Amino acid sequence: MTEQAKGCQDKEMTFRIMRYDPDKDAKPYFQQYKIKLQHGMTILDALMHIKETQDPTLSYRKSCRMGICGSCAMQVNGFPRLTCQTQVTEISTDTIEVRPLANYPIIRDLVPDLGDFMARHESILPYIIREDHQEQNNPTGEYSQSPAELEEYLQFAYCIKCGSCLAACPTNATDRKFTGPQALAAAYRYAADSRDGGLAARLDTLDHPNSLFRCHYAGACSEACPKGVDPSLGIQLLKRKLFQKKILGRGQKPAGMAQTPAGIGRREGIPQAPEKTV
Amino acid sequence: MRESTLWLMHLGAGAVMLVVLGIHFGVMHTGGLIGIDRTEVLTFASVEARSGQLFYVVVYLTLLVVALYHGLYGLRSILFELSAIGSTLRRTINLLLVLAGWGFFFYGAWAILAGYLG
Ligand code: HEM
Ligand code: SF4
Ligand code: FES
Repeated sequence: MTEQAKGCQDKEMTFRIMRYDPDKDAKPYFQQYKIKLQHGMTILDALMHIKETQDPTLSYRKSCRMGICGSCAMQVNGFPRLTCQTQVTEISTDTIEVRPLANYPIIRDLVPDLGDFMARHESILPYIIREDHQEQNNPTGEYSQSPAELEEYLQFAYCIKCGSCLAACPTNATDRKFTGPQALAAAYRYAADSRDGGLAARLDTLDHPNSLFRCHYAGACSEACPKGVDPSLGIQLLKRKLFQKKILGRGQKPAGMAQTPAGIGRREGIPQAPEKTV
Repeated sequence: MRESTLWLMHLGAGAVMLVVLGIHFGVMHTGGLIGIDRTEVLTFASVEARSGQLFYVVVYLTLLVVALYHGLYGLRSILFELSAIGSTLRRTINLLLVLAGWGFFFYGAWAILAGYLG
């Protein structure tokens, strides 16, 4: 353990946590809890510690505890963060305020309602669209994609749908019908995928006044994203795709099938893949 | 009209404005840089002389159209982002902005053409 970590061990911290039970409370209020800091404690660990030792009624959402599932995003001292990835010692105040993600309805305490957020994601057709349905449904091989083509969209594929970007977005704060940075970046992720042929259909889903055109480059989404996705870049690149399609008439040419490498056999000792079950 | 078309026109209007607003600023406000006398361009005689030239009539009519469209579409964007905007209010905003646009256009066009046609 480092000297600094030893110094933090057993330090008393105050957590100011937003509480709200829609069945009982007229509006949200804050409740304070004091805990002793332990080495390596994350904000989520602190919440679990409070729930286990002080207040079993405290509600929050979590699953993987390793920055993968995206369910533990909350406002920590006013900034959206994955609480399982945020060390208590990273926050320099003695009192730490935890609220549910901003700009979402609250289900209870620290649990935001992400239903509408997921619906917005679904609305942009977040999957590869092609005309060869037969091949897509019963693949005989793989669509070709070079490493350079993969790079075109890879960072946008790292999104774990934690919802932090919408909590930070000023347009989303006033316009709750705004498609939002996550879904717009996801639309770019598929539009930039060399295997996709669905740009026209996807741009159609965005052709309304609360969509692509309402981003004013605040960049708050990109600052908030815990996975290093840059949604505001994706939005500008999607605007470029729209311009190229509508003004320059540039279409898409979805990639064809990859050549099966010739003269390559299974290495000894590697078993056959199991039969397809679906 | 589709939103994407309206927005692309907003961008196009901005690009055209770069040219016509550039000419306007060049002549009226930064004249000294290209050797035109700053006080000279503002005299009644100069204003009258410019308004009689077809080139300036075209530049100012174009500036009027693109600046009006660009500014009013931008204002619409701002208004549409206010949360409680339902579809009836949206239609009302659209209607008021279109009416305001045509109103300003006729007034501006009248001023420009009155100067040209004498
Ligand atoms: C050379 C001149 C100009 C250029 C190149 C220009 C360009 C732009 C651009 C690129 C945008 C952002 C579009 C978007 O977010 O999709 C914009 C927005 C806007 N512009 Fe201009 N503009 C110019 C002059 C003007 C003028 C003279 C006015 C006022 C009459 C104006 C009013 C607005 C408004 C209200 C917005 C919306 C603001 C927003 O969406 O955040 N612009 N302009
Ligand atoms: S873009 Fe980033 S902040 Fe937004 S939902 Fe995806 S992972 Fe979360
Ligand atoms: S609990 Fe899964 S990302 Fe934090």
